[in-house]
Amino acid sequence: MPPLTRWYLKTALVYLVLALTAGVLLALRALVPLPTATAGLTPVYFHLLMVGWVTQLIFGVVFWMFPKQSQTRPRGSEPLGWASYGLLNLGLALRAIGELWMTATPGSVPGTLLAVSAVLQWLAGLGFVLNTWGRVKER
Amino acid sequence: MPRASLWFIRTGLLALAAGFTLGALLLLNKGLPIYPGLWRLLPAHIELLLVGWTLNLALGVAYWILPRFIRGAPRGPGWPVWAAYGLLNVGVILACVEPWVASGPWLASVGRALEALAAGFFAVHAWPRVKPHGV
Repeated sequence: MPPLTRWYLKTALVYLVLALTAGVLLALRALVPLPTATAGLTPVYFHLLMVGWVTQLIFGVVFWMFPKQSQTRPRGSEPLGWASYGLLNLGLALRAIGELWMTATPGSVPGTLLAVSAVLQWLAGLGFVLNTWGRVKER
Repeated sequence: MPRASLWFIRTGLLALAAGFTLGALLLLNKGLPIYPGLWRLLPAHIELLLVGWTLNLALGVAYWILPRFIRGAPRGPGWPVWAAYGLLNVGVILACVEPWVASGPWLASVGRALEALAAGFFAVHAWPRVKPHGV
């Protein structure tokens, strides 16, 4: 398994634990008083699960298992692969922080954080698509 | 990989790019409000990623790697798979345009029905391929 896949899969596992922990907090909100910021946990929970866990797991396995692009560049561009990994995770982490911050104290700083997170995750998605496209081919 | 898998997976990648683009616009608009009407993109964002991306990828990979038959066509008849591909993707498009047209709720219902039919066609194809190797 290539190093980038190992990073994707291990980070995905961390996000799985974080997402399910967020789910526990969401359920607890109905039972015990929790900080105001936790009211913003619903989109965080969903995106930690769907982007942090599911998407990241898929990205890692696709990078590992899809047909080789060529003899010289078997997995496409390694730097683009690493860039997608970094952008996705930085973007997702900023989103989680931004959503909770925005819920607790709405303002331009958490708003900007969400906007930056949007751009980072978008670039990550496009980077993955570009790097994978050439590996989806008939024999 | 077989041609149908190529079509499924590349369509899935396009849905991923489109879904991420809509998601980025929604999040950007949440952080720095640009135009309140952008929230109408939410159903398309969800549809493109939950169905368009994951289902196209899953069905494309399944068609490629499930065990093949020893006799006859290695992957069995191709028509149910192509039917599933067409129905799934027309269904996704119809469900995506729902908030933008007057007959939206009907279109979304038809879209979801086509997606369900696609799942049925793919299940008919895949059922006999879920077997031990060499049988």
